[in-house]
Formats: sequence, C-alpha cells, structure tokens
Amino acid sequence: MLRLLSVRLFQAILVMVAVTAIAFVMFRFVGDPVAAMVREGATQAEKEALRMALGLDKPILTQFVDFVGQVLTGDLGTSFRYQQPVVSLLMSRLPATLELVIVATVLALAVGIPLGVLCALKPNSVFSRLTQATTLVGISMPTFVTGLLLILVFAVNLRWLPSSGRGDLVDLGFWQTGFLSLSGLKSLILPSITLALFQLTLIMRLVRSEMIDVLSSDYIRFAFARGLPRAHIYGRLALRNALMPVVTVTGLQIGQLIAFAIVTETVFQWPGMGLLFTNAVGYPDVPVLAAYLLFVGFLFVMINMAVDILYTFIDPRLRTR
Amino acid sequence: MQNFPTYAYKSGRARVKTYMKTLLAGLAVLAPLSAPAFAETLRWAASGDVISYDPNAQVDSFTQSVQHIVFDPLVRRNKELKLEPALATSWEIIEPTRWRFKLREGVTFHEGQPFNADDVVATIERQIDPGARNRENLSAVTGVEKVDDHTVDLILRGPYPLLLNDLAAIYILSKPWMEEHDALKPGNTATGVVTYASNHANGTGAFKLKSYEPDSRSVFEVNKDWWDKPEHNLTEVEFRPIASDATRVAALLSGEVDMVVPVPLQDVDRIAATDGLKVVENPSLRTIMLALNFKKELHAAPGVANPMLDVKVRQALWHAIDLNTIQKRLMRGKSRVAAMLVAPAVTGHDEAIDVPLDYDIDKAKALLAEAGYPDGFKTGLSCSNDRYIADEQICLAISSMWAKIGVQVDLSVESKTTYFPRMDNGELDVYMLGWASLPPMDGFSVLQALLATNDGTYGGSNPNGLSDPRIDALARSAAIELDEAKRVDMLKEAFRITHDEALFIPLHQQPVAWAMSDKVDIPQFPDEYVRPWFAQVKK
Repeated sequence: MLRLLSVRLFQAILVMVAVTAIAFVMFRFVGDPVAAMVREGATQAEKEALRMALGLDKPILTQFVDFVGQVLTGDLGTSFRYQQPVVSLLMSRLPATLELVIVATVLALAVGIPLGVLCALKPNSVFSRLTQATTLVGISMPTFVTGLLLILVFAVNLRWLPSSGRGDLVDLGFWQTGFLSLSGLKSLILPSITLALFQLTLIMRLVRSEMIDVLSSDYIRFAFARGLPRAHIYGRLALRNALMPVVTVTGLQIGQLIAFAIVTETVFQWPGMGLLFTNAVGYPDVPVLAAYLLFVGFLFVMINMAVDILYTFIDPRLRTR
Repeated sequence: MQNFPTYAYKSGRARVKTYMKTLLAGLAVLAPLSAPAFAETLRWAASGDVISYDPNAQVDSFTQSVQHIVFDPLVRRNKELKLEPALATSWEIIEPTRWRFKLREGVTFHEGQPFNADDVVATIERQIDPGARNRENLSAVTGVEKVDDHTVDLILRGPYPLLLNDLAAIYILSKPWMEEHDALKPGNTATGVVTYASNHANGTGAFKLKSYEPDSRSVFEVNKDWWDKPEHNLTEVEFRPIASDATRVAALLSGEVDMVVPVPLQDVDRIAATDGLKVVENPSLRTIMLALNFKKELHAAPGVANPMLDVKVRQALWHAIDLNTIQKRLMRGKSRVAAMLVAPAVTGHDEAIDVPLDYDIDKAKALLAEAGYPDGFKTGLSCSNDRYIADEQICLAISSMWAKIGVQVDLSVESKTTYFPRMDNGELDVYMLGWASLPPMDGFSVLQALLATNDGTYGGSNPNGLSDPRIDALARSAAIELDEAKRVDMLKEAFRITHDEALFIPLHQQPVAWAMSDKVDIPQFPDEYVRPWFAQVKK
C-alpha cells in the first residue's frame, strides 16, 4: 500500500514538473506583454525599463529557474493586469466557479438519473426515443451556442432571467455567495443549465445502459419471481448497482467542469476563474495563464490520484499490482 | 436593488441562523421577475472592465475614462473637448519651468476630507514616483511645491507647452485618505505593490464609487456635494463589463442595461431597427493608417533595394487605394476618410492638408513606371485581426487594390498579442496602425512617437527607419515652444511634409458606435469616453 502510494506520488510530481515546463514554454509564444502594458507613444527606453522590471530581459533558462523557484514557494507571481498576487486573484474567483459547478452537477444528477432509469425501463417508448434524440442534440451542440440560445429565449424574448453576471451577492467574509439572494439564484439558472447539459446527457446514457445490464441479470429475475414490489426492485436493487460507475464518472467530471467552465463563464460574464483566464489570454497576462494551467494540472493529478487510491480500496485485486 | 449586510465570520449554529435570516429576508422582499428600470439610473455595459481604480497603476485609456466618473483632474475637457478649469481655477507661467496653479476652494472629497494644496502635492509626487506605472504621462514634471493652502507650483524639466493637456489625465487623490490606508505609494504590477486604492476610490468627482466587483460591476451614486453644477439628472450609474459581444447586445435587448459601448458592427442595423433603441455613431479620434518600411531592403524581398524609399512609389501606393469604397463598403459609411495622422479635434489638424491623393490607377502605374518599377514589386502587408474595426477586411481589400498596379502583396494577418511585438521589432514592411493621440489630444504625440527618428527618447513607435531631419528639427522645437500659435504652425508644417512625402498612408478615422435606449440622452465624444455627468435619462 505504502509502495503504491509513493509510486503514485512520484508520478504526480513528474506530471506537475511537465505541466510547469509546458506552461512556461507556451507563454513564450502567446505574445509580448510589454506591448500591451505600455502607453501609446511610449519610448524605447520606457519599454526596456518595463521589460527589465518584469524580468523579461533575463535569459530564458534563468527565467524558468526563477519560475520554478516561485512555484515551489507557492508564490505564483503578480498579475500583469490586475497587479494582485495571482494566488489571491484565483482564490477570489473560486467561489463563483465552484457555485456554478455544484449547481450544474446537482442538476445533471437530479435530471440525468431519473431520465436514464425511465429510458431503461421503457426502451422502446416514444418518450425514451424523444429523450435520447434531444439529448444527442444537446451533447453535440457547442456550449456557446447553447448558452446564446438560452439567452435569446429566456433573457431577450421572455425576459424571465438575467442574461449575464451573478446578480446580488451576499458576502460571508470568506465567500461571496449568490445562493442567498433572489437575483443571485436567478442568475445561476441559465449558466448552470448550459454547463450541465453535457454532463446530464452523459449521466443519462450511462444510467440507461447500466440499468439495462443490471435488469437482465439473474438476481433481478429472481426478485421478480419472488414477487417483490416493482418499485423496490427498480429503486433499491437495480438502481443502486447501476449507480457505481456514475459516482466515478461524476467525480471525474467535476474536475472537468471546474477546469473547463471557461466558455460558459465567458458567454454569461460569470466572474469565475474561467473568465479570468479568457481575459488573461487577450492581454496577455502571463502569470495568470501559468497559474491557471498549474491549478488545472494540480486538480487533475489530485483527482486521478484519489480515484486510483479509492479503487484499490474497493477492488482488492488492484492492490497486488 | 437589495442591499445585504455584510456578515463577519461566525461559527457553528450562529452562522446557520444568520444564513436562514438572510434567506428569509431575501424571500420577504421578492422583487418582480424583471425589475423595471430605475428612473434616473444609467446602466451601461462595455466590453472590458477597469483594470484598477488606482489612477497611477495602469496606462489603459478605458480604465482612465471610467475613473474620471469618480475623480477630477486640475483641468478637464468640456463638451467640446476643450480644456477648462476643474480643480484648478487659474494658472500662470511664472518662469518657463515653474507653473503656478490656483486651486478651487470649498471642494470636498467623497469621504468628507477638504481639498487643498497638500492633496495636489501628494498626488503629483505619487504620479512622478519611479514606481508609478503611468509616470511618463507627466514626464515633464520633476517636482511640486506648496505655496499656500490653495496654491501650488509645478516644477518642470524644461519649457513644456503641453502641461495642461497632460494634467487633464491626472486625477487628484486625497492625502489624508492615502495616509490612512497606506497608499501614498502607487500600486505597481512590475513590483507587485497592491494598495487599498486599487479597489477603492475617494475622489471629488460627480459620482462616488459605491461598490466594485471585478469583472461584474461598479456602482456609482451621485455626489450631491459636487463643486460643479450638474448637467445630468442621474442618481446612480451602474457599469457592467460584458466581454462577449452577443451577450452584451442581449443585455441591451432584454432591457437589463440602458446602453452598450461599443456595439459590434454586425449588430448595428438590427439594433437600430428595434423599437425603443437607437445607435449613435461618429468618427472617433483613432486614425487608421498604413506605416511603411524605410530600411534598405524590404523583408519580403531581401537583397533588393527598397522601392519605398522613392516618394513616387509611396504616392503610387496611396493613389491605388480606393478610400471611398473602403469607407462605403467596409465601414458602412460611418468612418471619416483621412489624409492626416490626426483627427480634426486634435491640435495640429489642418483641413488644407487633410486631402487624400485621389484614387487613380493610371496615375499610380505611371508613377511606378517613372520610379523604375513598371511591373510593380513585392512587399509584405501586415494587419491585426482583433484590434481595429474591420482591420482584416481592410487589409484584404488593399492587397487586391495594389494587385491592380502590379504590386504583389505578401499578406499576413494575426492576433494583436503577437502582431504588435513584431511591429515593435521592425519585422514588418507595410503595416496597419491606429493612433488616437490620447490622452494629450495633441499632434505633438504623433511627431514625437511616429515621425521623429528613433533614438531612444523620440520615435518610440518608429521601428522601421523613417528619418527626416526637417521633422526631427520641428519635433524638437515644438517640444519647448510656449507660444501656442507658433507651436501649432510647427505641427502643421511637419504634417505637410508627411503628406507631401507620403511618409504614411492614412486611411480613415474609425467610428465609435454606441447603442442605447431611446430614454438615454448622452453626448458621444471622439475620445470614446463615457461621461455620465452629461447624461439625461427619461423616466
């Protein structure tokens, strides 16, 4: 067990080193921040002074070593654009992203699981076929199209919901939440649907196929033969077994949602980390870009490690490898 | 708008109780689903957010425009964009390097501090601090001295005619406020200094900053104690950054905001046709031009002498561009065809010079033949695709226009983040450039940055070897000429040479387009500033 853990840790560190290197190298090519930072009509001397102040005049290798040194001490530098420490900047945007992701996940589970069950129980009904077809459209449409369509219908035409932003926030001191005000809740609806759509479809299809599998297994047939009530068989005996893979996938998907809420956040001007990232690309705000990549890399490494370790608990066969 | 109290962190059951109370309070005051527009509130959206509320922490002109809602400078631009007294009531030049300013009396900051000479001294010292990101915006000033409570002297490096233009972009902060919040030194990206002033603001302006949520909104409330007589009828201004063009337009169409700045060109007709909405479009200060390569060889044709060193070739390129078609088709008739590097509102502009070479392919061909290039030549043409209005389409159009006189164009189009660094490094032959002469709004900025030979202090945006001794001399004497009439003549002379020698090919002043509700009446300025203190909103 200990050996497995240490191997996993070592691998995780390797991945993080690779991500750091890629993050650094990539930003040599997104453009020169100095051009975006100087005023119109800046002299050559002004530009050089700024370049020096930012440490961009040093040899690339020195810059990289400095960068790694910074990362190790947990200091990811200062945003060129907002001139705040990048870590606190990311943390200040984290609540917005997390709230959106949580609502989207709950939505995906609450709608996806019942739909999947229904489709499995009556695979040939009109309802099932309709649901399958609609969700196929949902899964193949790009997020920004879905988002804009929702805005067009519910914000512009019907005027029921706000088209962008988070609404009024309640400051809890350590967390700014949109859950505690009406406009905050209303603002959550459209972006969370947009973000949930893909995951919802995935969960629905997963539940459906798992359910169909489970329903044809022997113990379900015996349960029917015994004359147990249908609700008990579907709800307690079948669904519980069908949900095992759903739990794994949902866990992995939460990481995906946090990391790639970028498009949804941009369309809805949702002030989370994804919007911060898009704004940073256009500037280019290199420290924010690098920190975001590292954060996402770290997130996935952690999630994968946790999943690996959980597996070994669930399935003893994996421990010997 | 509901205002929720701020809760300190409480633990355990007390915290849960507080949540519940808040939730109940929120439910008790359920607003109707789509709240009606508040009378006398101007809600507007723009594509970007302010970078910081610290006036000395950035050089972004949009940020400066929003800060102006909260802050006053010593002198400001009026409705005609002419300079007029603001926090300074009068000034005199005691000696060429010492200007004396009389300050307005009876002015108070939003948090109640009285305005006096100490505030100006502290602000100017913060402005010229080596750590201030925008210190070059007041580079002529080396020091500041308090004479009495309402008089200050600015000490200059040398005679400098544009001091007032520069001061119009310097916002006055309160000294006691900066002391209280440890913000006497400016915030700075390069050194990582963040101050209280980055996300709080205490000015003397027409509106107070009530709340600021980065990337979400800034809310301003009217300053009832403003020293000036208000020309607006607003009680509140709400500014929301919305980056996505489509979402920003949707916010206007759904009535969530009253105005969007700027409106994407493809949506102009649709919005103009919508009941209750209007689009206001005027040419801005930003002049779009083609800059040329004056080095020995072109990047597109190494080893061959650069044809553009011949004035006839440059004029031929100009004659071959159909400016009117670009104006009508690509700019939808909303741009202003230009032949100078500055817009009419900028000092140094002259109608007599601002006449483009006519579109004449035969003349262009004849000029090329005279210069020894009857079959044309090969050159690079570079554009950004995300910086100016229709920049990519304009470049495509020009490359096909030049093909008609035999000039082979090696076209390259790329994002501004890689385009401008390449431009600065002098890697481009012919390239598109926009110049707004902001914030000074004076032709001198063009002489200094674009036209003068690049020597480290002058010619900061002249990377391609343009050098004309007559212009260099004019730039240096205009820099210290205090007689305004003489100085303007020098600027005009330099622009005349630029035109006669075809050193640049100006294209047009691009339009600024705002879309707004019929209920909003706000003047549009060519410097693209939104000035809510001139806004009227009908109920």
